[in-house]
Amino acid sequence: MTRKSRRLWLVVACMIGLGSAAALTLNAFSSNIVFFMAPSQVHKKPPPADRTIRLGGMVVAGSVHREKVKDTPVAIFDVTDGQDAVTVRYEGILPDLFREGQSVVAVGTVNPDGTFRASEVLAKHDETYMPKEVAEELRRSGKWDPRFGKAPDATSWNTMTATDTAKKPATQTPDGN
Amino acid sequence: MNPELGNFALALACCMAAGQAILPLIGANRRDARLMALAPALAVGQMLALATSFACLIHAAITNDFSVQNVAANSAVSKPLLYKITGVWGNHEGSVLLWALILSICGGAVALFGRNLPSALQARVIAVLGGVAAGFELFCLTTSNPFARVWPAPLDGQGMNPLLQDPGLAFHPPILYTGYVGFAVPFAFAIAALIEGRVDAAWGRWVRPWAVAAWCFLTCGIAMGSWWSYYVLGWGGYWFWDPVENASLIPWLTGTALVHSAIVVEKREALKIWTVLLAIGTFSFSLSGTFLVRSGILNSVHAFANDPARGVFILGLLAVVIGGSLLLFAIRAPQLTTGGLFAPMSREGLLVLNNILLCSICAVVLTGTMYPPFMSLLFGKTISVGKPFFDATTIPLAIPLMVFMGFGPMVPWKRAQMWPVLRRLWWAACVSLLALVVATFRMRDILPVLATATAVWVICSSVADIVERLRLFRQSPAQSWQRARGLPRAVFGAALAHAGVGITVLGIAGMSQAAHRIVEVHVGQSEMLAGDSWTLTEVHPAQGPNYTALVATIEVRHDGRLITTLHPSKRTFASQHQTTTEVAIHTNLMADIYGVLGDRHGSDADPTYVLRLHYNPLAPWMWLGGLIMAFGGALSLSDRRVRVGAPRRAKAADMVAAR
Repeated sequence: MTRKSRRLWLVVACMIGLGSAAALTLNAFSSNIVFFMAPSQVHKKPPPADRTIRLGGMVVAGSVHREKVKDTPVAIFDVTDGQDAVTVRYEGILPDLFREGQSVVAVGTVNPDGTFRASEVLAKHDETYMPKEVAEELRRSGKWDPRFGKAPDATSWNTMTATDTAKKPATQTPDGN
Repeated sequence: MNPELGNFALALACCMAAGQAILPLIGANRRDARLMALAPALAVGQMLALATSFACLIHAAITNDFSVQNVAANSAVSKPLLYKITGVWGNHEGSVLLWALILSICGGAVALFGRNLPSALQARVIAVLGGVAAGFELFCLTTSNPFARVWPAPLDGQGMNPLLQDPGLAFHPPILYTGYVGFAVPFAFAIAALIEGRVDAAWGRWVRPWAVAAWCFLTCGIAMGSWWSYYVLGWGGYWFWDPVENASLIPWLTGTALVHSAIVVEKREALKIWTVLLAIGTFSFSLSGTFLVRSGILNSVHAFANDPARGVFILGLLAVVIGGSLLLFAIRAPQLTTGGLFAPMSREGLLVLNNILLCSICAVVLTGTMYPPFMSLLFGKTISVGKPFFDATTIPLAIPLMVFMGFGPMVPWKRAQMWPVLRRLWWAACVSLLALVVATFRMRDILPVLATATAVWVICSSVADIVERLRLFRQSPAQSWQRARGLPRAVFGAALAHAGVGITVLGIAGMSQAAHRIVEVHVGQSEMLAGDSWTLTEVHPAQGPNYTALVATIEVRHDGRLITTLHPSKRTFASQHQTTTEVAIHTNLMADIYGVLGDRHGSDADPTYVLRLHYNPLAPWMWLGGLIMAFGGALSLSDRRVRVGAPRRAKAADMVAAR
């Protein structure tokens, strides 16, 4: 084997390795990226039924109840971002840190009827912590600005959806919401 | 008094590290033996100073000195002694100090065990280590001082997250950090070689043991971390592909490539520039991984804003270390003599292939980890990349890697023929094909089937390698035994490490077939899972030292025969308003039976309990394989060639040359 063909072999091997890595990455990016959505976004533009998304918001106080489907417990609760609420169905054990009125992120798909079927519920944070996405969504909807003190009290979350949005529609218009 | 002593020792260590970075470097350039001789002395001195400093912090934690802010924030009087000690490195300030301590121990080790190195090289290596250490000790002193006092001192500390009070997590960080920091030594060797402008076979031989040692610790650390998340978090998962985990996997992948490419430098004097780049890259990934991801700079912009000084300092330090070393590489690498090219079918050819595939996997993991934070920084889009992405990208690259891994150790150096290798591996190939057929019928999905077959192939070919070298079954056992004693331990180490990879992959493939059910049952009710019948026989409350618990008893029967009784529980820590889930695991090494107790529903007269039941085939193999890999690495470190093979410098001649 000549020197030239040996070098060629090395270059081809590198190209194949990195090329297949790039191809696999691009392919996986097109189908496996999980977008974060707030309940109001889900209402406005529901994602296709086969698309996994992360739904984030606060658990509406008093909305959690349970059903039993053939020995399998199903937890049902509403998640809100202060403008809209989405009903989440989750088969499984809710995490230890799951609380009404606290932030939660659910991973799953949106059913055709608008409810959310979660395959995973994440609430692995302490009670003062709010996931960045949820805080961002709250800020955008005008419910809470991190610059002006702590997040609103957890118990006010369900009432906010019902009354505050109805009372103050003007505050949400600036960015088109 | 003691915390001030610790603070002073830390400052002293920082000054010594600065001296260690500058003086030996000047000495090596001027060939001044006296300045070079300072290097080992300063390295050992810095190590002792930092050890004193760390001991002071531990002392403050043990004696409940809540006037130290770090202790007040992370400890409490009621905490068990073990967690008072391990809690020292369970927070940001303490872990930076631990990081610096391990780095100084590495410097001390080079000073003590590196006596057979040429004195200029040793001085430069220690100087580079000193420079990195000085940076981190300065960071510790200025922005995250563990000895900061608080006044008035609180009566009791704030305590620790009960989730972290676990022996597995207590010893996980030091081992993982030793792995990360250990790669500083190959990095320092690479920088020293670039300064000298010379990389040769001896350099490869010197750098390899350090890389292997760091790799062993990193492997152990990753396996322990994965095991911890499996039995503590109670989700039945073992690897979540979150940025913190990926930050440890990325240097592991490049470190594995480094361990292999250094062999080529040692044996064939080729791949020199590439190996230097890998050494720089591995340490850079370790550094940026721990500090960028753990401090949450990339994950969340808020953490950055909380303490801008800290973030800016870290970014500056990373820029100096990584940017500086890459700049030096760009300037000096073209002056290094390149080695020969070689045939694709040869040991070195396959090692190149190993490097290409490992680096491709690394690139994919890096892309998947960095893409979401960059998208959110640049475009404000919140996305996440999870298990499906990493499964779809890494497994197709890992499978060819494992196929070539089986051939690697059998193929001779320089030029090899395909046929003799295949003839020695025919039975391994047959067993793997058999595994492929069996797996096709027994397992779901195509990727686990392929992974199983290739894992069996890797294990069998490692066995075949040893069998061939010992001429087992072709000579008398006594002769084989003679050969085994004559064979270098590194050969056994390599075969063991490769078999360990196969075992880990088998475990992962087995876990992909895991079954689980979530059920809500009354006491006395039975449920079926994976052919076993699970019965909840009773639930009773229990009282712990600082918690109350609800303990369930689950009997698992197979065909009416009792296999095991599980006692999963749920603990409520009143002081921290937290509940934790204690998983019950029964293993027979072929499968784990894994039970979790969930919520209690229904009325008091007729309560029901939610249970999560898992059947995880081959789960223990994942961590067992990791331990075997690390043990294989340690075995090859104990090889006589590592110590004897390095040429001993002639002391007198060196002194004359230095004058």
